[in-house]
Amino acid sequence: MEKDIATNQTILVIGGGIAGISAALEAAECGRQVILAERNALLGGRTLQLYRYFPKMCHPTCGLEINLRRIKANRNLRVLTMTEVVGVSGRRGSYRVKMKIHPRHVNEKCTACGDCASAVSSEIPNRLDYGLGKTRAAYLPHAMAYPMRYVIDPSIVGTEEGKRARQACRVGAVDLEMKEETIEIEAGSVIWATGWKPYDASKIQPYGYGRFPNVITSVEFERLADPGGPSGGRLLRPSDGKEAKNVAFIQCAGSRDENHLRHCSRICCMASLKQTRYVSEASDAKSTVYYIDIRAIDRFEDFYRKVQEDPSVSFVKSKVASISLDEASGDLFLNGVDTEGYHRYANRHDLVVLAIGMEPESLGMALPEDVVTDSSGFIEGGFGAGAASSPLDVNRSVQSATSAALFAISDIHRISATEEAS
Amino acid sequence: MSEMKTAAYLCSGCGIGEKLDIASLSKVAQREGKMMLVKEHEFLCSAEGVGMIRADIAEGVTHAAIAACSRRAKTEAFDFPGTALSRVNLREGVIWVVAEGHEEIRQEMAEDYLRMGCAELKKMKMPEGNPGRKLNRRILVAGGGFSGLTAALAAADAGYEAVIVEKEDHLGGHAAKLAKRVPFREPYREPVDTGIDALLEKVGAHPKISVHLESTIAETSGAPGRFFVKISGPAGEKIEEAGAIVQASGFSGYDIAKLPHLGGGKYPDVVDQAGVEEMAKSGNFTKKDGRAISSVAFVQCAGQRDPEHLPYCSGHCCATSIKQAMYFKEANPDTETVVLFTDLRVPGMGEDFYRSAQEKGVIFAKGKVSSVSEAGNGLRVNFRDLILDEETSLDADLVVLATGQVPNSGVNIDLPEEGQVSVLNLNYRQGRDMPQLVHGFTDSHFICFPYETRRTGIYAAGPVRRPMDMMQASVDATGATLKAIQALENAALGRAAHPRSGDLSYPHVRLEGCTQCKRCTVECPFGAIDEDEKRYPVFNESRCRRCGTCMGACPVRVISFENYSVDTVGAQLKAVEIPDEFSEKPRILILACENDAYPALDMAGVQRLTYSAFVRAIPVRCLGSVNTIWITDALNSGYDGVMMMGCKHGENYQCHFVKGSELANYRMSKIDDTLNQLGLEAERVATHEVAITDSARVAKMIDDYVASINEIGMSPMKGFG
Repeated sequence: MEKDIATNQTILVIGGGIAGISAALEAAECGRQVILAERNALLGGRTLQLYRYFPKMCHPTCGLEINLRRIKANRNLRVLTMTEVVGVSGRRGSYRVKMKIHPRHVNEKCTACGDCASAVSSEIPNRLDYGLGKTRAAYLPHAMAYPMRYVIDPSIVGTEEGKRARQACRVGAVDLEMKEETIEIEAGSVIWATGWKPYDASKIQPYGYGRFPNVITSVEFERLADPGGPSGGRLLRPSDGKEAKNVAFIQCAGSRDENHLRHCSRICCMASLKQTRYVSEASDAKSTVYYIDIRAIDRFEDFYRKVQEDPSVSFVKSKVASISLDEASGDLFLNGVDTEGYHRYANRHDLVVLAIGMEPESLGMALPEDVVTDSSGFIEGGFGAGAASSPLDVNRSVQSATSAALFAISDIHRISATEEAS
Repeated sequence: MSEMKTAAYLCSGCGIGEKLDIASLSKVAQREGKMMLVKEHEFLCSAEGVGMIRADIAEGVTHAAIAACSRRAKTEAFDFPGTALSRVNLREGVIWVVAEGHEEIRQEMAEDYLRMGCAELKKMKMPEGNPGRKLNRRILVAGGGFSGLTAALAAADAGYEAVIVEKEDHLGGHAAKLAKRVPFREPYREPVDTGIDALLEKVGAHPKISVHLESTIAETSGAPGRFFVKISGPAGEKIEEAGAIVQASGFSGYDIAKLPHLGGGKYPDVVDQAGVEEMAKSGNFTKKDGRAISSVAFVQCAGQRDPEHLPYCSGHCCATSIKQAMYFKEANPDTETVVLFTDLRVPGMGEDFYRSAQEKGVIFAKGKVSSVSEAGNGLRVNFRDLILDEETSLDADLVVLATGQVPNSGVNIDLPEEGQVSVLNLNYRQGRDMPQLVHGFTDSHFICFPYETRRTGIYAAGPVRRPMDMMQASVDATGATLKAIQALENAALGRAAHPRSGDLSYPHVRLEGCTQCKRCTVECPFGAIDEDEKRYPVFNESRCRRCGTCMGACPVRVISFENYSVDTVGAQLKAVEIPDEFSEKPRILILACENDAYPALDMAGVQRLTYSAFVRAIPVRCLGSVNTIWITDALNSGYDGVMMMGCKHGENYQCHFVKGSELANYRMSKIDDTLNQLGLEAERVATHEVAITDSARVAKMIDDYVASINEIGMSPMKGFG
C-alpha cells in the first residue's frame, strides 16, 4: 500500500467496534479524511456479539445496517480490516503509525458466494461465539460482515483443504500466497476506539468458571440467546445441553473488587436485567439476580421497574461468596449471606451467569507519550472513544465517539491553521 | 439534462448463469425493458466488468440497471456517480432463496425482477441536491451554562463561530454555583476545582465566540444552513443567522417544597444539594440559626425513582452527596455524615471516589427514608433499615435531600401545558420546541444514535437531553457540537442528515395539484414542512430527512423525489407479469423497509433459506412512504396479496422515521373500503413487523402467507388491470 494514503490532515481511528465506526463516520461526514483500522476481519466489534440492546430490546444489527450504508456511501472514509496497529510515534499533529495487515487469503474479488466454504470440511472455533460454536475454516464471519468477504483460516493454508478452497473459487479470490504486510502512515490525529474485553472469569476462583461447565459469563450467555448463535437461540446449559430453568445472575463478577477490577463496569446491571428477559421470553424459567447495588441509571430505571414486576425474576442483595458443584446434576450451589435481613443461603441453580466486568483492550498496548491512561488502563482525555475511555454502554460509547471526532477535527483544524500561517 | 440512454448489465457469476437462462433475460431487458444497450458478463463486479460499464457511461449511458446481486452487496464496485442506477437482485433475491426443483417459476421471478428494475430505471432522475442550500459556519448555542460553554468552545476550537444566548446576566449556570466538583480523572479522591473560571476565561477571550446575556430566543425560523434566530435582550431585538443550533438549556432542581414528608419547604435545615453548595462556597457550615453543624444526613433519591415525583434516577446525585459529605469532613473531620441510599450509583471510576469517602469516615447506610421530622433542636430522619429489616431513625442537624434534575425542555409540543415557556420559539408548523422523548427530556430514541434529533440541525446537549453529571455533560456538549457542524456542512452541500446521510434527493411538490389537505405538514416526523398563508405546504428541504412520509401521505400524489417516487415504485409493480387466474401462480407484492425487512430478506438468501418464488419484493425508504395508490394499483392489476414489512412500532418503536410503520398500519386499516369495493378479502393486504434479525421468521412468514392466499383463491381482478 502507498504511504501517501494519509497525511497530517488524516484522522486515524483505531478499532472498528461501535465507537470506532461512529467516530470515523461522524468525522468523515463532516468532510474530513478518515482511516478506520480494525484488527478483526469485520467491523462491528463486541456489539455484533450481542443479541439485543437494553432497554429497548432492539437488535444491534439494525444500527449496524445504517452505519454500513453510511460507510459504503462515504468517500472520505477508508476501512482497513485485519489491520493491527503495532506502533504509534510522534505527537498530536504528526503521528507516524505502523500497522500490520494480516493475510485474509481472500482478495477483493470475493463475491461472498460461499463456494470456498462448501469445498472445505475442517472446522475452527467460531470467534464470534467466544469459541462456543464452530465454523468452517473458510468462512464469512457474519451474515452482515463488512467487508462482505470470506476469510481462509491460516490453519488450512498449505493443506489440501486450502487447495480445495482455492480450486472452488471461480473468480480467483482465494490467494494462499498472501503474506503479512507492514505499512506506515501519517496521521494528524488518532482516536483510540480500542474497546474492552471481558475480565478473565477464571481469575475469580470461588466462582469456578472453567471448572464448572454451567458457570458461564454474560457475554457467552448473549451468544446462547442469539438465534444466530451456537445453540440457535436456545438457552442450553453447556454440561448436558438441557434447557436452563433456574438461572442465577451474579453481579459485579470481577468489578468493584480490589482483588480484580476496582471500577464498576457500569453495563453489567442493565445487561443482567436484559438477560432476565431472554430467560422469561424463552420458557417458564426463573431468574435470580445477586447484586450489591442495581445501577439502573437515568431512564433505565423504567426498565428496572418492569423487570421487578416480572414474577419470574427475584433479587437477592448479596455478593455471592462461593459456588459449589453438585456433581450428579451439574447444578450449582450459590453460597452467601443475603444482606437484607442477614440470612445465610445455599441456593441451587442449573445455570450461573457471571455479569463479567470490562477491562480496556488497550491494556498492554504501546501508547504514544501524549496518550494518558488511568491506573485501570482507560484512556483519559478526549481521544479515547467508547469503552476505551471508560466502562460505557453502547449509547454512551457513541456519544463519547462523537465527541472524540470533534477533538480530532479540532486537531486537524489547528494544523491547517498553523500551516497556512507559516 | 442530456437525453436518457439506458443500459442493462446482466451478471452470470456466483451461479446465476447456471440457475437462470441469461439469454432469455437479455431478451426481456431488450424487448420488454426497452433497454437501449444490454450486455452480459460472467463476473460483473470484477475490475473488467466495472470497467466495461464505466466505458459505456463515458460513451453516454445515463441510466444503468445492474442485474446481479443485492443492492446491499458490491455497493462500492457498482458506484457510478452521476449515473442513475437500479439494482436487480438476482442472487440474494432469486437463486439463493428459491428451492431446487422450481426452475420455471425461478426464471419467472428473475424476469419479473429485471422488468421491475428496467421500469424503475426509466422513471429515475439524478438527484441534484436541494436548491435552498446555504453555507453558514456559525452555531447558535441556547444556554450559557457548563454544557453551552463547552459546546461554544468546542465549535470555536474547530474553526466555527459560536453565539451564546443566556437568559441570566452572567454565564456559568449551575456549575458556577458549585464550590467544587467531582473529579473527571484520576485520582478520584477529593473534590476538585470546578474549572468554570478557566472555561469562562477561554470563552471570553475567544475571537470566534460572542455572547448575548439577559437574552432569550423570541423566534427561530429557517433550516440548517440558514437559521434565523431572533434574540430578545436588554438592547432590544437582534437577528443572528446560524447554520445549526445546540440547545443546552439545562435543568432546574426539583423543588423540595414538593417533598414536605421529607421536611422540604417545612424545616429551614432541610436543604437540597444546591443549598449545600451555597454553604460550601461561603465556607459557612452552620444551621439556619447560626449554630454549628455536627451531623448531616443525606437522603438519596429524594423525589426520584418515585412515580409520584420523578420516576427516573438523575445519575449524578450519589457522587454529588459523596462530594458534599467530604466538604463537611474537610471543614471538620468530627462532623458525622451519613448517606442513606437504596442503591448507590457511582459507575466507572466513581467507585474510587466512593472508597475515598469511606476512608474519610463517611457512613453509608442502606435505608429507605419515609419521613423527616423535628426532634429537639434538630431533625429526625425516619427510615427502614434494609440491612436489619426494621424501622429506625437517626438524628441530624442538617438533612440534605438529593433531588433530581428537571429538564428545561420548553414547551411539550405533544402535550402543551400552561406555564411552559418555550426555549427555541420555533416558528415551525409542528410546535415551538423540540419533541420530547420521555420524562420531559429531549433525548434521541436510538441506542446506536444518541444524536438522532427530530429537528434537523438542532441538537440537545447536557441535562436537557438526559440527566447527567458535569463530566458527561462535557462529552455530550462536544458530541452535540460535532453533529451541529456536520448538519451545517451537509446542508451547504444540499445533502440529507442522518440516517440517509449524503442523500441528495429531496421532495418535489407540484403545488398546482395540491388540495391543501395538510396531511404532509401534519405527518412529517421532522417538522420539515410548514404552511403558507394560503395553507399550501412549504417544504424546508434542509430540514427534510428524505424518508418519504409526505409522499406516502399525499392523497393526490403530487410529492415525489427524483429517484424515489410514486412512479418509480408504481412502474415496478406494474411491470410484473401477472399469470392468469388458472395458472395457480399467485403473485404477492412485498413492500419492505430498506433498513430492516429488506436486509432480513437478503440475509435469508445469504443463509440459503428458501421462500416462495411467487413474491416480488420492492425495498421502500420507510413504510411511511408507501402511498395507498400502490396497494390499489397492485390489487387492480391482479396481484393476489400485498405484504408490507416495517419496523416495530409502539413505545419501543424501531422506525428511524419515528412513525413510518405506525402510519402505514393506520393507513392500511383504511384500505378495507377499497378492498370491499373491489370485492376482495381483507387478508389480501397484510402488514407485518419485521426485525433485521428475522431472516428465518420472514421466510416462514412468506410461505405461510402464500399458503393462506392459495386457500382464499386467486384474485378475481386478473386481466382487468
